[in-house]
Amino acid sequence: MLKDITLGQYFPGDTVVHRLDPRTKLLLVIVYIVALFLCKWYVSYAVALAFLALAVALSRIRLKALFKGLKPLIIIIIFTALLNLFYSEGRVLVEFWIFKITYEGIQNAFFLVLRIMLLVMGTFLLTYTTSPIALTDGLESLLSPLKKIRFPVHELAMMMSIALRFIPTLIEETDKIISAQKARGADFETGNIFRRAKALIPILVPLFVSAFRRADELATAMECRCYHGGKGRTKLKQLHYRGRDVIALLLGALLLAAVIVLRQFAL
Amino acid sequence: MSNAITAEKLSFSYPSQNEGEPVRVFEGLDLNIEEGSFVAILGHNGCGKSTLAKHFNAVLLPEGGSVHVFGLDTVDEERLLDIRRTVGMVFQNPDNQMVANVVEEDVAFAPENLGVPTEEIRRRVDDALKTVGMYEYRTHAPHLLSGGQKQRIAIAGVIAMEPRCIVLDEPTAMLDPRGRQEVLDTIVRLNREKGITVVLITHHMTEALRADRVIVMNDGQILTDGTPKEVFTQVELLQGVGLSVPATTQLLYALRQAGYDLPLDALSTEECAQALHEFLKA
Repeated sequence: MLKDITLGQYFPGDTVVHRLDPRTKLLLVIVYIVALFLCKWYVSYAVALAFLALAVALSRIRLKALFKGLKPLIIIIIFTALLNLFYSEGRVLVEFWIFKITYEGIQNAFFLVLRIMLLVMGTFLLTYTTSPIALTDGLESLLSPLKKIRFPVHELAMMMSIALRFIPTLIEETDKIISAQKARGADFETGNIFRRAKALIPILVPLFVSAFRRADELATAMECRCYHGGKGRTKLKQLHYRGRDVIALLLGALLLAAVIVLRQFAL
Repeated sequence: MSNAITAEKLSFSYPSQNEGEPVRVFEGLDLNIEEGSFVAILGHNGCGKSTLAKHFNAVLLPEGGSVHVFGLDTVDEERLLDIRRTVGMVFQNPDNQMVANVVEEDVAFAPENLGVPTEEIRRRVDDALKTVGMYEYRTHAPHLLSGGQKQRIAIAGVIAMEPRCIVLDEPTAMLDPRGRQEVLDTIVRLNREKGITVVLITHHMTEALRADRVIVMNDGQILTDGTPKEVFTQVELLQGVGLSVPATTQLLYALRQAGYDLPLDALSTEECAQALHEFLKA
């Protein structure tokens, strides 16, 4: 029952977007988010939308998959849209009881919804086209200047990749424990929320015990394979910026510049 | 031939769980393992065989006496990485010794730690995966593989360090018969073709049959030590400490007890069948 959970979903492929250096993609996403928050009017939003559309088209990720990522956010999107719709000052369009809808309200709501959607789809495009390993590698490399102030960059990246590695293992384990407890008459489906929460204890306790045991064994196995921290470590796959990365970063810079210029003209 | 591992007057004890006396595991244990040999260490749970294995690459350090691997003293902290790179170790549960979620990245873990240059890592990873016959699976996710395949990946991860000796601590205990066969074949090949010294810790008698030398441990001491034939023909001694002997030996032993004159040292199924055939003909 837990098997269908996919975390940090990745659709393998061999497009330009897939082959970009993970660092380039991480930087582009940051640039894109900054650009989105600088957008003011239809023209700049249109530019941001076109940029994302180009990336999506190049990545050959189906739109359906991208929209699926929006699903859990529907409530937040509707809520913010309604708040903006009813609480904006300006030219009144419709008025009834204590509510009034203004022209500016509609516009603000529209822009905000667009902004959230573009933001979420942009970040999803990153995780859809980048394997979790490449992502942690990219993050480690991008953050490496922080090593100078003794920020544990390597340790953080190692923890992330081990966590990713153990997700399927622990899901499998949870499945087994649930079956074992059910076989002994545990009931997870009935009762109120407190009852159900309490029913989780017999799952969580053995899961934690086994996770600690695994961690202990893993630590020994890692030491046996000469792990001694990030010092003097080399990599099987070295990250290299290539021509396409330069072009992608230039495009990102262009987007940011365009949005800033358009902002000056309130477009 | 020179020795790969030498333990001299080794003693070790675990701290006790509740304030009592520490639990003594070894007291003055002596052991030599020759370079290039395939040694199986047999024994019950709790006889100290895993504890002994952990002394071979400085995961545990001796309390008294010493352990040397290829001339290096395991208490020498300066040479710790050299010790661990020379004596690789494979554990029971393949899931708990994998760090990456792509096969080749996992095999690359040890050479990465040793600071091997990138092209050299690539070569070692490919070589190691070919040696264990898992090269086609290099880009797979380990959790989608079978137990036997995962354990072969774990072995590849150790070979990538290019060790001179590999210690395997019950590597087949969690596997189905097929996975067990795959792993055992791989181990035998490593020893025969690559000349790597192999120490296999197990409680399967049939696995021990393929070794050059079998050491039976009981209660922290070496009970008996010799070739499989020398060891398994001591049926009373082994049964006395609750260990079973291979089915072939058991059959021949029972027949001898019943008064038939059969050789006891026909260990493999073929040898046993041959012996019975000749006996019936005569």
